[in-house]
Amino acid sequence: MNIERYDRQTILKEFGMEAQLKLQAAKVLVVGAGGLGVPVLTYLNAMGVGTLGIVDNDMVSLSNLHRQVLYSETDVNKSKVVTAAQKLKEQNSETDIISLETYLTPENALRIIADYDMVIDASDNFPTRYLVNDACVILNKPFVYGALHSFEGQVSVFNFEGGPTYRCLFPEMPKADEVPNCNENGVLGIVPGIIGNFQALEAVKMITGIGEVLNGKLLLFDGLFNSFQKIRFSLNPENSKIKALQDSYDFNCEVSVNSITSDDFLQLLAENEIQLIDVRTPKEFEKNSMSFAKNIPLSQLEERQDEIIFEVPVYLVCQSGVRSKKAVNKLKEARANAELINVDGGMNEILKHAIKY
Amino acid sequence: MEILLFGIAKDIVGRSSFRFEEGDEVPKSVLELKQKLNNSFPDFGKLSSLAIAVNSEYAQDGKSLQRGDEIAVIPPVSGG
Repeated sequence: MNIERYDRQTILKEFGMEAQLKLQAAKVLVVGAGGLGVPVLTYLNAMGVGTLGIVDNDMVSLSNLHRQVLYSETDVNKSKVVTAAQKLKEQNSETDIISLETYLTPENALRIIADYDMVIDASDNFPTRYLVNDACVILNKPFVYGALHSFEGQVSVFNFEGGPTYRCLFPEMPKADEVPNCNENGVLGIVPGIIGNFQALEAVKMITGIGEVLNGKLLLFDGLFNSFQKIRFSLNPENSKIKALQDSYDFNCEVSVNSITSDDFLQLLAENEIQLIDVRTPKEFEKNSMSFAKNIPLSQLEERQDEIIFEVPVYLVCQSGVRSKKAVNKLKEARANAELINVDGGMNEILKHAIKY
Repeated sequence: MEILLFGIAKDIVGRSSFRFEEGDEVPKSVLELKQKLNNSFPDFGKLSSLAIAVNSEYAQDGKSLQRGDEIAVIPPVSGG
């Protein structure tokens, strides 16, 4: 370790060389290399956390750049994990960066998390958040939670030294259409920067033992009014008793949905005329869409059903495959006999393959 | 009684806080508050988890409320 590099923090008497050595020995897994993951990774890497794992399978897109400040215009359409690992290596060559180019799933979560001291949940969806929670409870690892909504953010530390978990605040996972995400709802570029930095700070405090972590406390931040609230909450012991992961953390695990992979879908396209309904917002649709697709946002699907021809198969697509599944289920209720097919992985996957072709 | 709204709760109600004033009938418990919110804004009924804090402390449905309490309505948020 190059001692000079960390001089300005090791001269802090509350921190010192002792804390620096703890950072160096620490292994932290960051789930998600997006809005929250970027500041978390950048600061933990700069400050000298010895081992950083990064899990994500997304690609950089142009609409990420206003908040995911590690990425440049030339990185668009490249793997986030690979790009982030490269830049972090340049930032601090002493860090052991472990790139995991995959999404966290019930199949891989326990195996991946087992290798780390703690997890930073920098994901952008509820299924991953509940999966991180349950896996950390099973493996007895603490995790730092951060989440965003427009101009607001939430931060907390869960499952730390017998403290409460994510399920003690929000016992049940919301359903797919309850709470919008950043892609649908929007987020001001700097807000993930602020919340992600709070997450990094909590991780540093947990590793080094300085200060007081947000254990049993939920920090609420509102960027428009510079207001902070701290909510105290306690452990519901039932939530510490999780012994196994759920088979699926999918939004629609109770209903199986007829799906096609993006690869098969693109092959099908080459030879057939296809009715494709894109259920994203008009804004998302404008940015990138299949030329023959018809845009009916999920929120208008019910009242605009008569624009769909149910005599032929109906393919449904969205950004990542979550809303289109929801759309299949909505239409199924009204049109039991229609052939409704979800395009797995949505435009994210289609664009990946389209680049290959 | 002041009600602070966060996340989608703010979007549902259309502002970041509101008050039950002198003379208004205030909810007697967290459960009554949730019912009042559901009645006035049916979109609250769609939320499967909604955390309520009373004077900065997480509160269960049975918790009774006083006129001077400050309440925070905290839905889960997913963005990252």
